[in-house]
Amino acid sequence: MTRVTATIAAQDGRAASPAAPASDCPLTLQGITVSYGEKPAVFSVDAAFPANAMTAIIGPNGAGKSTMLKAALGVIPRLSGEVSVFGTPIEQTRDRIAYVPQRASVDWDFPTTVIDVVQMGLYRKVGLIGRLSGAMTAQAKDCLDRVGMADFAHRQIGQLSGGQQQRVFLARALAQDADLYLLDEPFAGVDAATERAIINVLKLLKSNGKAVVAVHHDLSTVRDYFDHVFLINVRRVAEGTVETTFTTENLNATYGGRLGATHMAELEGVAS
Amino acid sequence: MNSFLDALLLNAGYNAALVAIGAGLLGFAAGSSGTFLFLRKRALVSDATAHATLPGVGIAFIIMVSMGYDGRSLIGLLLGSAVTAAIGLVIIEWIARRTRLAEDAAIGAVLGTFFGLGIVLLTIIQTMSSGRQAGLEGFLLGSTAGMLFQDAVVIAIGGSLVVFVTWLMRRPMTLVAFDAEYAAAMGYSVRRIDLLMMGLVMGVTVVGLKLVGLILIVAMLIIPPVTARFWTDRSGRVVWIAGVFGGASGYMGAALSASAPAMPTGPIIVLMAAAIFLFSLIFAPVRGVAAAIIRHHRFQRRVHRRQGLLSLSREEPIREKFTLRLLERDGLIRPDGVPTDTGRAQAARVSRDERRWDIAREVHQDAGLTGRYDGLTPIEEVFTPDEIQEFDRRLGPPVAVGGLA
Repeated sequence: MTRVTATIAAQDGRAASPAAPASDCPLTLQGITVSYGEKPAVFSVDAAFPANAMTAIIGPNGAGKSTMLKAALGVIPRLSGEVSVFGTPIEQTRDRIAYVPQRASVDWDFPTTVIDVVQMGLYRKVGLIGRLSGAMTAQAKDCLDRVGMADFAHRQIGQLSGGQQQRVFLARALAQDADLYLLDEPFAGVDAATERAIINVLKLLKSNGKAVVAVHHDLSTVRDYFDHVFLINVRRVAEGTVETTFTTENLNATYGGRLGATHMAELEGVAS
Repeated sequence: MNSFLDALLLNAGYNAALVAIGAGLLGFAAGSSGTFLFLRKRALVSDATAHATLPGVGIAFIIMVSMGYDGRSLIGLLLGSAVTAAIGLVIIEWIARRTRLAEDAAIGAVLGTFFGLGIVLLTIIQTMSSGRQAGLEGFLLGSTAGMLFQDAVVIAIGGSLVVFVTWLMRRPMTLVAFDAEYAAAMGYSVRRIDLLMMGLVMGVTVVGLKLVGLILIVAMLIIPPVTARFWTDRSGRVVWIAGVFGGASGYMGAALSASAPAMPTGPIIVLMAAAIFLFSLIFAPVRGVAAAIIRHHRFQRRVHRRQGLLSLSREEPIREKFTLRLLERDGLIRPDGVPTDTGRAQAARVSRDERRWDIAREVHQDAGLTGRYDGLTPIEEVFTPDEIQEFDRRLGPPVAVGGLA
């Protein structure tokens, strides 16, 4: 329906660009460039992250994985590029996005408890002066329960292990009840139990029709966890389903030979 | 002492009462609004802001005198100070955002430059023949002499406004202070909220300039939140506890300075806040120094006890005197070092715990669980009884400690 309208608009010559994002695409990036000083960290990247799927953003260190995600969200300024979420400019669709930043980005000695952090996910909903209703508190508790942290609700966040902290961040995103979940290295430095807990939650989100996009560094788990991959090294290298795109050829192109031969063989083994 | 009580109960005269109430209100506003800047780790921005008020005071005085008004109109002076403080703030923000300089460098540059300019202006004013210029130096360290009712009204209105906005914006400010990236992703403008935090602090500074002085007002913005942090783990409470501490030190400090002749109000208020800080630093539960020392000693005793029991189970000699004393005191060994029956039993239990952990590491691949081994945590706290039974099966029958089976 909307596509038809878009086509007509294009025929009228009024459409902004022929690559105007389809309205059902959870996240579309067009020509994103981010630069630190005068060296682009991400250069002219286009991407379309699909619905009902889990996408891994993959690339070597310094390839601009996190930078691209942050720039898409407006956390850091972009030099150029358009971002749309479900076919609408991101500024108007903030309430449909939940972001899980890297754990290292905050001070864990901050005076706040686990449940307080989860309730931060509700701040947009309650507004400035609204009180957190009983239903909202219950919702926050439920989100903690989904990541297996219900028993820790009243702990100060500094008393948690790294994996537990990551789960609290995920619970905060869940509290936003969004349609698109963006995660920055959710499995970095967490224990095996946490990794399992997080992936189960994410898979459940996907099966409920949500889109999940995660910056991911562990190539050996890509096939188990994700359906789509987005390979980046400053520029976009490849994008598509794991079957078609997560290939030795593409990985070589992304990592530029920095991936050891043994590592490659290992991945080949997983592939076959 | 009696005069201090009189001042506390507002019986020490009209002026003293006015000063005490004003200082209390100011302290509350400063403590609560300073909290978010402290939590954002930008507390020193407030110091630069305070110093940047001085040229504004001088310029406002010169303008008012040259236009034929009384140069000492408080409203005029405060407006002037607000203007230069705001300029200083914008410069700091701009330097930190647009250049490669870090914020501390920007703070240092702005603080020094503006303060220097202010002092030059005050010196010029002193040499100007016109106007009754006496009193501008009071803005440096604060003065209560001749505090008027309208001065107290300025503090009351300005302070209430600051507290109200702090309350209204508590959620966005908490979010930005804790996790600015997440706040930005949610669509909050981090820059505007940062400016708001600094603006609130600037408001308190301007309002409290005459009473406390620009050099010490920073103490009223920082010390109460730091103190409050000792008593709670929730940012929402830090705000109000800091307000109460700030208000109490303002009120009591003003009363104390009124009870003796020639006591400077601003410095006494700051010392009062410092006294509450010192008390909290030492005696606060959990985060205080005393609590930390007690916790450390308890922990040390646990370690020594465990090590001692392990030595007993391996029949190794214990050399450390502290360990020996501890074991003897607990009735685990006799004065000659031979383990008692209780000692033997406990040593056996500790030894079994260690061996269960060894097995756990072998069979359990879950680093999240086996990683919790620290030599002290009993295995029962980490694994289920079923799992432990399985470890025991692999371990074989228990072995008694002390050679006799």
